[in-house]
Amino acid sequence: MNYAASPVLALRLPLWRSRLLLALIAGGFLVLAGRAVYLQGLNNDFLQQKGESRYSRVLEISATRGKITDRHGEALAISTPVKSVWAIPEEVQFSTQQRAKLAALLEMPPREIDKRLNDATAFVYLKRQIPPEVAERVSALHIPGLFQNQEYRRYYPGGEVMAQVLGFTGADDVGQDGIELAFQSTLAGISGSRRVIKDRMGHIVEDTESIREAQNGRDLTLALDAKLQNLAFSQLKLAVDSNKAKAGAIIVLDAKSGEVLALANLPTYNPNNRSRLSGAQLRNRVITDSFEPGSTLKPFTVAVAIEEGKVRPDSMIATAGGQMTIGHATIHDAHRFGDMTVAQVIQRSSNVGAAKIALSLPAEDMWTMFDKVGFGAAPRLGFPGAASGRLRPYKSWRPIEQATMAYGHGISVSLLQLARAYTIFADDGELMPLSLLRVDAPLVGKQVISAATAHKLRDMLELAVQPGGTAPRARVMGYRVAGKTGTAHKEENGGYAKNKYVASFVGLAPASDPRLVIAVMIDEPTGGQYYGGVVAAPVFAAVMGGALRMLGVPPDAPLQPLELPPEGSEIKEGD
Amino acid sequence: MARINLILLALLTACALGLVTSQDKTRKLFAELEREQEQAKQLDVEWGQLQLEQSTWAMHARVEKIARERLHMSEPDAKRTQIVMPAAAGSGR
Repeated sequence: MNYAASPVLALRLPLWRSRLLLALIAGGFLVLAGRAVYLQGLNNDFLQQKGESRYSRVLEISATRGKITDRHGEALAISTPVKSVWAIPEEVQFSTQQRAKLAALLEMPPREIDKRLNDATAFVYLKRQIPPEVAERVSALHIPGLFQNQEYRRYYPGGEVMAQVLGFTGADDVGQDGIELAFQSTLAGISGSRRVIKDRMGHIVEDTESIREAQNGRDLTLALDAKLQNLAFSQLKLAVDSNKAKAGAIIVLDAKSGEVLALANLPTYNPNNRSRLSGAQLRNRVITDSFEPGSTLKPFTVAVAIEEGKVRPDSMIATAGGQMTIGHATIHDAHRFGDMTVAQVIQRSSNVGAAKIALSLPAEDMWTMFDKVGFGAAPRLGFPGAASGRLRPYKSWRPIEQATMAYGHGISVSLLQLARAYTIFADDGELMPLSLLRVDAPLVGKQVISAATAHKLRDMLELAVQPGGTAPRARVMGYRVAGKTGTAHKEENGGYAKNKYVASFVGLAPASDPRLVIAVMIDEPTGGQYYGGVVAAPVFAAVMGGALRMLGVPPDAPLQPLELPPEGSEIKEGD
Repeated sequence: MARINLILLALLTACALGLVTSQDKTRKLFAELEREQEQAKQLDVEWGQLQLEQSTWAMHARVEKIARERLHMSEPDAKRTQIVMPAAAGSGR
């Protein structure tokens, strides 16, 4: 049939029908155009976002935690990346063979893996902090539902030697103790992020914007000297072991700058493997524990008396009889001598002598001295939990308390405070501020006593380590040493324990121009000996000798082998 | 008129091709940059690990132990020590 002959063509339809159709179609187009304008011009955020999410990604830029080094740049704590393996248990599928391989790589029994996967449904860590090489082999197993993320782990090459000073970080690389906590804000890095365009293969093809720059944590240079620290630690360990002591602590200060060159504690722990830790291991006794120091406090009382012109080093003190009664209490000396000079009171560590000198002084002056050298106030080190010790206000002192405080009872200090206080004898009367970080510009101390008094005290302290003093074992060949022993009964349940002692020694050398102050504390020695001069002084001597040699300090005494007095013959201090 | 149009068309095509090439180059260079940066990071990590290894090997306790036990070294005693004082005022630090 011919198309042109179609009868439909012959139909004459009304014109409005085609017009209407045209209008409808045009209207439809208008709506579409309007919608297009709306979506692309007016309200385009949503679509743009959807579009971008197909190719643009925000990437986290991780920042590393700063490292901690000793004063010579030797690394003491470094973070390196490790991987953590986690799983979505519902999606995990593996053959028995794969499971066995995984278990071997993660070094855990296959049953443990099953247990972990069965306990959770959405998310579970299989193992945290595994080395990157192992992580790579785990991902080579291609087990679905198993994922890894990057974390940082902190390593401490020094191990137990400086555990309590450095502290440690948690699994998320945040400082939790020690210097890691004290300087958290300096060490911590701030991770950044950036927006990039990725192609379908996952390659980054363009960097569109940097949202936040990553900031690596700053490195920290400590005042600590790793070599000296090691020496101090090993000598302390020797002493704690041989005296069967409960604990021990030592601190080495640079007398000129107040820097903490070494600081060791026992018992200790390995910061690289921190399972099964006890509080005793974690405690940094030097800084956070206070104890009754005993006779090491005598020089301060004598310093007040000399400073005020009450006594001279050769003034006689009536100590004959070796005991003294105040009210209901009696103070004893360990040995009975006749009357002594002030210098001999220090040399032989006479409690009676110290008490008599103290009672000739106003309580306020003694308190002022103790306060000025930093007792009773926590040192500003930023170290978490620094102890302030106990120094009661002088208005409440009874005479017996004033007398006992003269020889270090009824007052408590930390070993750190004690060592710092001794810088006044080392530094011509100046009290140095302490620093855990390396100090490059010399610090200014605070004058507490006159240089003349400091010199007199130093001479007296030198006598104490000579034969005839309480600590001949503190001597160091080739150097003049000055120092003071302390032996104190331990406080227990409000009274003094009868046979529990804290033996200590604080000293400085070379006496002609002191470079180092070292304080040693041995807690509860049970090896038969408990006097500071026998238990703590040898540690001091060994560390001081080694340290002065390491620092290249020229000797100020003839190099003659020292003759030690026979066992048990030296003068014991009063306790 | 037609000739100018033809010339412009050729120019336009050339420009477009140039753009494509340069974009391609940018991406390639960028990918290379990424790779290098990644490597820098890797090397940084490795450096950290090596530092760690170095300090572990150089631990004083270990060095001392080897010196004493394997090399039979010891500190000189007083009779064999001679101190040479520095001539200048500065002490030998």
